[in-house]
Amino acid sequence: MSFEPKIVSFLCNWCSYTGADLAGTSRIHYSPNVRVIRVMCTARIDPTFVIMALEEGADGVLICGCHPGDCHYTEGNYKTMRRYPLLKKLLADYGIDDARVRLEWVSASEGQRFADLVNDMTERVRELGPSTIRPALQSDAVER
Amino acid sequence: MPEKLQIAKYWGAGCGGCDVSLLDTNEFILDIAAAADIRFWPIAVDGKYADLEAMQDGELDVAFYNGAVRNSENEHIAKLLRQKSKIMVAYGSCAHLGGIPGLANFASKAEIFDRAYLHNPSLEAGNKVVPQPVTTIAAGELTIPSFYKRVYKLDDVVDVDYYLPGCPPAPAQIKPVVQLLVAVLTGKAEAPPKGSVVGASDVAVCEDCPRKREEKKIKKFYRPWQIIQDPERCLLEQGIPCAGIVTRSGCGVRCPNTNMPCRGCYGPLPNVVDQGAKFVSALASIIDSKDPEEIERIIGDIPDIGGLSYRFGLPASLLQRRAEQ
Repeated sequence: MSFEPKIVSFLCNWCSYTGADLAGTSRIHYSPNVRVIRVMCTARIDPTFVIMALEEGADGVLICGCHPGDCHYTEGNYKTMRRYPLLKKLLADYGIDDARVRLEWVSASEGQRFADLVNDMTERVRELGPSTIRPALQSDAVER
Repeated sequence: MPEKLQIAKYWGAGCGGCDVSLLDTNEFILDIAAAADIRFWPIAVDGKYADLEAMQDGELDVAFYNGAVRNSENEHIAKLLRQKSKIMVAYGSCAHLGGIPGLANFASKAEIFDRAYLHNPSLEAGNKVVPQPVTTIAAGELTIPSFYKRVYKLDDVVDVDYYLPGCPPAPAQIKPVVQLLVAVLTGKAEAPPKGSVVGASDVAVCEDCPRKREEKKIKKFYRPWQIIQDPERCLLEQGIPCAGIVTRSGCGVRCPNTNMPCRGCYGPLPNVVDQGAKFVSALASIIDSKDPEEIERIIGDIPDIGGLSYRFGLPASLLQRRAEQ
């Protein structure tokens, strides 16, 4: 059986979720590999969420929020803009491939962009292959 | 006259500072010796593994295990102590969270062996001797403990009743914990719920820190030696990464009080899943910039975010170790 990546996507309610919704109402076809979690703002995405998604077996994590300057809460996406690079640095220490976690800005009118992003991310993660994190942690408990 | 309490203390993968911390309770150690028989404590009293093996199950009242679990010997003793003791206490950061030795989980066993035994400036050139768990000589087989592929915290290998955090635990906290355990075992106090963190509080170090807090907005991160700091003001506000904001208090704010940032040894706050992830979140949030390039530059001031975030708790983090390459 071919490998189908599992991608967890955190979408901000105001721009990106609406953008994803637009992709749907516009009948744009895109990879079904993405599992969407709606949050009120990307600033709500604690780095713990991303790490936990990877720990629970996600092969990739896609975070989408309003373009800088467009945040419904004025400053929320700037918080994400600061946290994300530091989180990526941490994930690099864990040996997690750069392409597995990604942050993009998607507005409410960018349905096509959202669909393209999901397709692109799915293909890149497919090339990387399944994440080894979960099986490795399970084996640690048995085989020292 | 009730019989004396039977206690044991063991040093796993750690520095031995936890053993010293018990002695740092000063004259209280005499009270411990008066109230308890120290049946096993490799650093301080005589006692062989065979003596421990010969004990009956549950014969010991309390076992304090300090250090992480790095090899088969650590695991063997941890399991023996668990079997022989009524109460098992994870003593100090290494037993609680994996501690400093836990940082080895950012490297593989092969890399560690290569660094320690094959490619190290202090080795004789061309050294090829690497320790083996089993060596056969004319007289028979010689064995040493086998080195595990990663570091484990104590509760990864045995059931733990209580956690006493700290690197090392503050002497002011050790005393009441020992007194509490004595009271519990003699039926004079109710036992804390199993799995409790004892000898610590439920609030962040910041709550107890006397430094003045104003606004947290910084343009640069400094390592402690790169800046002459204001001794009155919050270290984070001066750009020094201080983990007090994501760390359980109870230590007596030892580090910030001596002008050093908190490193997080008391572990995550209650209900926090991953201390390092919270630290990343907190540190990034105080950066005062909306320009991605400037943000990158400011973040570049932190040379080792993994080591900084998980200085004492990598094996207790969600991902626990570096992924296989």
